[in-house]
Amino acid sequence: MADITLQNVSKSFGDTRALDDVSLTVANGDFVVLLGPTGAGKTTTLRLISGLERPETGDILINGRSVLDETPAQRDVAMVFQQYSLYPHMTVRDNLAFPLRSPILKTPEHEVKRKIDEVAEVLQISHKLDNKATALSGGEMQRVSIGRALVRNPSIYLMDEPLSSLDAKLRADLRIELKRIQASLGSTLLYVTHDQIEAMTMATRVGVLDAGRLVQVGTPREIYEDPVSLYVAARLGLPRINELPCDLFPGAPLGAKTIGLRPEHIQHGEGKPSQVKRIERLGDQTRLHLTLDGHDIVTLIDVHTGLEPGDIIAIQPRNALYFDAAGARIA
Amino acid sequence: MAEIVIQNLRKEFGSFTAVQSSSFKIEDGEFFMLLGPSGCGKTTTLRMIAGLELPTAGEIYINGEEVGQKPASKRDIAFVFQMFALYPHMNVRKNISYPLASQGMPRAQIREKVAEVAQILGIEAILDRPVGGLSGGDRQRVALGRAIVRNPACFLMDEPLGALDAEFREHMSHELRALHDRIGATTVYVTHDQLEAMQMGDKIVVMNHGVIEQFGTPQDIYDKPATMFVAEFIGSPHMNFLKFHGSLAAGATTVEMHHQTLGMPALREAFDGDMVYGVRPEHIRLSDSAGYRGEVVATEYLGTTQIVTLQTHNGEVKARIASDQVARVGESVGLDFDPATVTLFDNQSGRAIRSNLNAGVLSHG
Repeated sequence: MADITLQNVSKSFGDTRALDDVSLTVANGDFVVLLGPTGAGKTTTLRLISGLERPETGDILINGRSVLDETPAQRDVAMVFQQYSLYPHMTVRDNLAFPLRSPILKTPEHEVKRKIDEVAEVLQISHKLDNKATALSGGEMQRVSIGRALVRNPSIYLMDEPLSSLDAKLRADLRIELKRIQASLGSTLLYVTHDQIEAMTMATRVGVLDAGRLVQVGTPREIYEDPVSLYVAARLGLPRINELPCDLFPGAPLGAKTIGLRPEHIQHGEGKPSQVKRIERLGDQTRLHLTLDGHDIVTLIDVHTGLEPGDIIAIQPRNALYFDAAGARIA
Repeated sequence: MAEIVIQNLRKEFGSFTAVQSSSFKIEDGEFFMLLGPSGCGKTTTLRMIAGLELPTAGEIYINGEEVGQKPASKRDIAFVFQMFALYPHMNVRKNISYPLASQGMPRAQIREKVAEVAQILGIEAILDRPVGGLSGGDRQRVALGRAIVRNPACFLMDEPLGALDAEFREHMSHELRALHDRIGATTVYVTHDQLEAMQMGDKIVVMNHGVIEQFGTPQDIYDKPATMFVAEFIGSPHMNFLKFHGSLAAGATTVEMHHQTLGMPALREAFDGDMVYGVRPEHIRLSDSAGYRGEVVATEYLGTTQIVTLQTHNGEVKARIASDQVARVGESVGLDFDPATVTLFDNQSGRAIRSNLNAGVLSHG
């Protein structure tokens, strides 16, 4: 087990600044999720830590020692990729044993068996150990590829969107499972994704990346309730936060340009009249699409609301967030 | 404009029956979803409506006329596949004009139609650009434009948003629905994504293994599932199933489970045997006073709400509760189920048992 520290790390590819002065500490036993859209620098961060890329400036420390001059193998990190890549001609057991039998680790056979049994237990795939890898479902295959990282017992796990190729139900199951495994092993895990649900539900801390810069790090609740910028506020929350001009409702502080209003932070029945454009019934929630002075607003309403398109409903903010012209949070 | 009626529609491929015997009605102007997992027969159904497959048995009526055995070209419909199918060597205008030009429409009229469609889709500015350099969203708008420009009675769409990432998909689904609201043409849309079906559809047909499991409005299907398959396929997390054994008379309003009495809407029929008590995650409250207990095994923060996974005597249960309510892993808590929302199922067949909640829906479903 270990901790990771990035100190002012920057990396460019040609003219593209992939990472810009990023500093981050992942403490021992932390489950940190880096969240951002495509091109934000998520995968580059993992590749720098694992040693597949080298930073231009800055330092990377694992357990306090700089690892810039170490090979990926020396760094003792395990990486799990989005697309599980198992050896199709091997059984699950042999797939799991493969890294242990590698010339670098050269583990004794009885030790290989012990480790595999232990990991299979954790991942609940013990009964599949002698199956061919190709005879598994997608979720089982991804569990085996996670297992292949676990057996090595590395100091750090790096995961690059490991759940994104799975269907929704499996993703939901594996989210819980991964969190349980990480917590029970006390491992240090850095996980990157563009899926806000994964970030919110699994992370002990979330880091939000915006075009190569790490703009906020905090617990999921801190990021959701107390975002530093409009960009961060828009990363978490479904339906996403409404961005409205500050003069649409009274009460904006000096310097505000935009009101950020989460759909659940809109009070109905008082305030300004808005018109219902569309009612979206998702079963567990009903979303009201409103228009107010030419601005589209989404809010949540009682699931079985009797409102219809064309109806008028008064609304006003509750717990609004305010942002300046640059998108920085001011209140 | 088109009203589509499907009657006892069946399709066999050799010994495999893709569609058993489907009957449903698509009203004029409706946004209609065919929903189900892969292999359920939804695409085959759509292709039969389009005329790309001929039914083995049954009828398809478009505006009262039976078209089941007619070729696609005689049906006045537009099929939108994956939306990226554009002619790469033509510019946007030529791509949209193509179906009209091939019908031999005069040039001036084509120009007028294309301008009108471009305005509806908000792509006037890119009409003379090559399609190669367009963004994904604009490419989709162009593909849609090519379907709209023919002014067909009906649009058929087969997972048009399937290849997109989540954020963009959300955006395009709103755009598609808004477009439908503007032009009002009957649309039949195939998807395996329950959220997409709920978000966009006026009506949903849920299919599984070639059989229609349920047909109705999104909210009815969600609140009053006709089968366990529907209850599980729709909603995230899906409906909880607490399995138990018992004997219930018609009119019963409670069940006994692990020495606790749990409420439900009054049954309209008696049942004896293995049953399932179905309750949605948002209809469970955690309360210390409740007698039915569970142990918290996981919590998942989701902003204003959180999903709490609990282990109970009748299996795993997920509850959606406010995120400011404390639930600690390992803790034993009481569970309160909202009795008015509960559906009982026959565990063997998976069919919902008729009750005051669902009787109205099941009778015509």
